[in-house]
Amino acid sequence: MTKQGLEIVAANGLINRRHLLGLGLAGMGAVASTSLLGADAGLNLEIPGWSKQPGANASGYGSRSKFTEGMQRMSGNPNPLYPGGGASRSPLHQLQGSITPNSLHFERHHAGIPDIDPAQHKLVIHGLVRQPLVFSYEDLLRYPMVSKIYFLECSGNSGSLFGPNPADGSAQSLHGLVSGAEWTGIPLSTLLDEAGVDPDARWINAVGADAASMGRSIPLNRAMDDVMLALFQNGEPVRPGQGYPMRLFVPGCEGNISVKWLTQIKLTREPTHFRDETSKYTDTRLDRKSQQFTFPMGTKSVITAPSGQMKLERQGIYQVTGIAWSGRGSIRRVEVSADGGKTWADAMIDSHQSEKALARFTIPWQWSGGDAVLQSRATDSHGNVQPTRTSLVTEKGNISTYHFHGIQSWAVNTAGDVANVYA
Amino acid sequence: MSTLKKLLTASAVSASLAIGLSALVQAQSLGTPINESQLQGFDLIAQPNGSGYPAGSGTAMQGKAIFETRCVACHGMTGEGTSANTRLVGGDMQSEERPIRTVGSYWPHASTLFDYVQRAMPADAPKSLTSSEVYQVIAYILNMNGIVENSLVLNKETLMQVEMPNKDGFIDSSQAL
Repeated sequence: MTKQGLEIVAANGLINRRHLLGLGLAGMGAVASTSLLGADAGLNLEIPGWSKQPGANASGYGSRSKFTEGMQRMSGNPNPLYPGGGASRSPLHQLQGSITPNSLHFERHHAGIPDIDPAQHKLVIHGLVRQPLVFSYEDLLRYPMVSKIYFLECSGNSGSLFGPNPADGSAQSLHGLVSGAEWTGIPLSTLLDEAGVDPDARWINAVGADAASMGRSIPLNRAMDDVMLALFQNGEPVRPGQGYPMRLFVPGCEGNISVKWLTQIKLTREPTHFRDETSKYTDTRLDRKSQQFTFPMGTKSVITAPSGQMKLERQGIYQVTGIAWSGRGSIRRVEVSADGGKTWADAMIDSHQSEKALARFTIPWQWSGGDAVLQSRATDSHGNVQPTRTSLVTEKGNISTYHFHGIQSWAVNTAGDVANVYA
Repeated sequence: MSTLKKLLTASAVSASLAIGLSALVQAQSLGTPINESQLQGFDLIAQPNGSGYPAGSGTAMQGKAIFETRCVACHGMTGEGTSANTRLVGGDMQSEERPIRTVGSYWPHASTLFDYVQRAMPADAPKSLTSSEVYQVIAYILNMNGIVENSLVLNKETLMQVEMPNKDGFIDSSQAL
């Protein structure tokens, strides 16, 4: 590269992440298409109409620009035989940063969203405790709370990538069952201590107040660790689709165990073996044995732009960006490849990474109009490296389709079309 | 130390003591005590060890009528289902092909069938079956899978004795890091 140009750090146009900082137009122009530099004689700027009349009044509840209303979660058609079942996926390809707006946070329901009056909702803690207790919503609001930023991911996220052929999908349709938020609530240990845990107790059994009374069993040692009774999400009361008035939140673990609309915690010696921890959310291996209670989500990343079903309209500089996360720690490194994994370059990641939270990564990329395969590979604070899709599927088989965390490949063809491929 | 200063110090100490005490009181008393007997209509948890089962009983023959009225729209007349998720009958975990996983081939505990049907089925009217109807309909599902005779009276005692074909097929990974 020339002195004033950009340092290529991996094949097929990946540029040193340092150029994200103080990237001047002059430096950019050395590689970018020249149309960015030349003045367009036909463009004469004028004061726009909205600068010449007063705008709308302040409102009691905020709304987004009508120009961004196309940004929507993606959910399937309702199934009349399975009322309230289903999921809605976050538009990852349209979001930035590492916090998902509450209105676009993914959801998964097993029997619809109950319309719960908090004044009538109860949380019961009972079973192997010194004193069974019942809490009202008002009671719970009086406890000291903690706030932490965490990702939440459905263990079925990206599950189609276990399939034999790559689906024609977007970052949203393939990977949209992950989101990030700040969760505020009461450490569950505070409430369990108040009830007095019996020495014989080994599990908590958490049940929601939805129509399925969905339940999950969680080991007591985990429940006493970093598990939270979450009452607020991104500063506002948890929304109905996320469990209003309260949900369990188990950081780093498959979303299903963060039971929404939490109404019962029963301490027992043994797990209940609920339907959603036997029939579902279990991982059948190639030897036909099935792993149960596989909670932590793997070290994972996905490029959100450019991503599937997008089209690159012209050659030049693009910011390859995405999110990375690990159910066991924080993200230490994200590498990006533009040649299907032959060569890699380090992406810039946010410097202050918290445990079990989304990390935004970015690296500049010069697309010169040729074929490319974009991939990202995350490494967490324990040294866990995101595996290739091939190695993950070879190891786990594809009888079960939970906990996919292999490397995603987005192919860019010479027309600029971006598509999900296996590479 | 001036009297004023002493007074201020004393009140500061008692104030902080009061805050400390109130925190202690608060931490121990916000939950309202309740008895297990008050939770009988609330706690639906039914475990493999036999805890949590209500009275009631029924046979597969009785359950067939309920199944054909309340369940077939999703699960089909013979439990064949309308999708992989709703298939209840058949499959073999050791088959050479990709195994079909159903109540019969996959579920390790009969207790799960009771627990789930009682809390979540039928999907269009959860918790609308009586306890005896739950025993009856799960007896029929077990019978369609060849696991129990159609004359077996299923109740809290006999349900505990039902052995599921895949009972040894699971590995507890809950303590894996």
